[in-house]
Amino acid sequence: MTYMKNNDRLRVLNHPVLGAVKAESIYLNFNGRQIAAMEGDTIASALMANDIKNFRQVNPQAQNRGIYCNIGHCFECRVQIENDVTVRACLTKVYDGMQVSSIIQNK
Amino acid sequence: MYDLVIIGAGPSGLEAAIQASKQGVKTFIIDEFYRAGGRLLGQLHQEPNGEWVNGLAIAENLINEAKAFNVQFKLEASVIHLEKSDNGWIIYTNKGVYKTKALLLATGAAERTIALPGNTLPGVISIGAAQVLGNVNRVLPGKRGIIIGVNPLTMAIARELQLCGGNLEGIYLPPKNIINKQDSQPLEIMQRMMGLGNLAPSMLMRIGSKFVPPKLAIQFYPKNGMKVWGIPIYMRKVVTRIIGKTQVEAVEVQHVDIEGNAIGNPEFVPVDFVCLSGGLRPLIELAELAGCDVLHKEALSGAVPLHSESMETKQSGLFLSGNITGVESAKVARAQGKVAGQAIVNYLQPTIDPNKELLNRLAVGVKKARQEALIQFKPNIEQVRSTVYHQYKHG
Ligand SMILES: Cc1cc2nc3c(=O)[nH]c(=O)nc-3n(C[C@H](O)[C@H](O)[C@H](O)COP(=O)(O)OP(=O)(O)OC[C@H]3O[C@@H](n4cnc5c(N)ncnc54)[C@H](O)[C@@H]3O)c2cc1C
Ligand code: FES
Repeated sequence: MTYMKNNDRLRVLNHPVLGAVKAESIYLNFNGRQIAAMEGDTIASALMANDIKNFRQVNPQAQNRGIYCNIGHCFECRVQIENDVTVRACLTKVYDGMQVSSIIQNK
Repeated sequence: MYDLVIIGAGPSGLEAAIQASKQGVKTFIIDEFYRAGGRLLGQLHQEPNGEWVNGLAIAENLINEAKAFNVQFKLEASVIHLEKSDNGWIIYTNKGVYKTKALLLATGAAERTIALPGNTLPGVISIGAAQVLGNVNRVLPGKRGIIIGVNPLTMAIARELQLCGGNLEGIYLPPKNIINKQDSQPLEIMQRMMGLGNLAPSMLMRIGSKFVPPKLAIQFYPKNGMKVWGIPIYMRKVVTRIIGKTQVEAVEVQHVDIEGNAIGNPEFVPVDFVCLSGGLRPLIELAELAGCDVLHKEALSGAVPLHSESMETKQSGLFLSGNITGVESAKVARAQGKVAGQAIVNYLQPTIDPNKELLNRLAVGVKKARQEALIQFKPNIEQVRSTVYHQYKHG
C-alpha cells in the first residue's frame, strides 16, 4: 500500500480502500467568507476541510473553540445559521448558499 | 405501541432489529446521529489475510436488511428519559414520546478524555472525532499532528488517518496527573499492550517480543520512538501542554522515566492538530435511569449494567446489547445484538420452545466473535463476563 502525504489539501478525495468521493460543488458562507463544500458535508467538515478550526469565541479574551467529538456529544462546535438558530456544526448538513456565523459572547 | 423499541442504531442495535423483525416483531429504532450505523461508520481494519473490513459498507448492508424487514428508523432524536409502564416502557426523546412492549438499550460506548493544559484549543479533537472526520466526512484534521494516549484504538485510528493521507508526527503518552493516572506510566502501558494478543498491540509485540519482559522492553525503549507503519510511537515521552494563541500551534514534550516522571528539559514540536485518545467507557446512563444495578469491571472498560448472557436485565422487558455491556469490537457487538434480538422474540412469544435452542447457539456465536475480533480492548474479557452472568443468576 502506498500513501500520498497530503500536506496542502485537507480534503480526502481519494482513498486507497474507501475509494473516491466527488469534489466540492456547493458553497456556504461563514462569517462573510465563501467556503467550498461537498454534497453531504456537515458544517464542521466543510469548515475543517477549508482549514478553519476556530468556530466560535467564548469571551473577548479570545478563548476560541472548534469541534471536539464530531458526533454531537460535547456541544463545543456550536454555530449560528439563518435566523440566529444555534446548531451543532458536526450534526448539521450543509446546503448551497447556507449562511453560517460564529457565536461571539461579549461578556 | 411498538413490540420493540431499540435505542442506538449501531451494529448491535441493527443486528437485534433484524433478528427480531424477521420473526414478525414490529421494531422501531431511535438514534441521535444523522446517519444510522453508530461507531461502525468510521471503522476500517485489515484482517490478517489482507482483506479490509469496511465499517461504512457493513453498516449500509445492515441498514438495508433492517429496512427490508420493515424496521422503522427515527434519526436525529436523542432519548432523554425512560419510564416503566404497566405493559412495557415509555421513551421520551427531544422529538416525541414512544411506547413499546420491549425495550433494548444499545447505546454503545463514549470516549474518555485526557486532562492537560491547552486541551480546549481549536485543533484539539478526540481520536474518535478524527476517525469520523477522515473516513466518513473525508477530511483530515489538519496538516501535521500527533496523538496523545496509547491504547488499541489509538493504533487502529492512527493507521486509518495514515490511509487518508494524514501526516502524523508521533504518538505520545499523556502527562502524569491525578486524572490520567496509569495512562501516563510507560511501564504500565507496555504491560497492558503486551498483554493483548491481537491487531493493535502486535505492533508493540514486534518491538519487544514474547520473550522480553515489559520492564526490559520499556527500560531500553529508544528515546526517539519506534516506528509502526512509519509512525513513531514515543513510549517514553509525554505531552505536558498544548500551546497556541487562538488554535493549536505546538506541543511541549517531556522525556520521562518508566513511571512517567519527567527527566531533562522539555522540547517543542510544531503541530496544528492533536488527537486525544483516553480510551472508551460503556454508555450506561439510560440503563441507570431504568433502574439497573451497575457493576464496575476493568476488563469491560468501566461500569456496566447487570445483565444475563441472554442480554436480559432484572427489569421486565428491558434488554441490553453491544458496548453498553462492556467495550468490545464491532464483531462482538453484532453477535450480541443477535442474542438480544432473539431473547426479545422469546420474551414476546414465550410459547415457542425451539427458540431457546437458537438463543443458546447465538450465545456461542458471541464467544466465537470475541476470539476472532481484530481489536481486543482489554485482557480477560471472557472470564469477567462470566462473573457478571453468574452474579445475575445467583447474586
Ligand atoms: C470513537 C469510537 C471509536 C471506535 N472505534 C472502533 C474501531 O475502530 N474498531 C472497533 O472494533 N471498535 C471500535 N469502537 C468500539 C465500538 O463501540 C464498537 O465497535 C461498536 O460500534 C459498538 O456497537 P454498539 O452498537 O454497541 O454501539 P455504537 O456503534 O456506539 O452505536 C450506538 C448508537 O447509539 C446512539 N445513542 C447513544 N445514546 C443515545 C441516546 N440517548 N439517544 C439516541 N441515540 C443514542 C449513538 O448515536 C450510536 O449511533 C469505537 C468506539 C468509539 C466510541
Ligand atoms: S464537536 Fe462535539 S458536539 Fe459537535
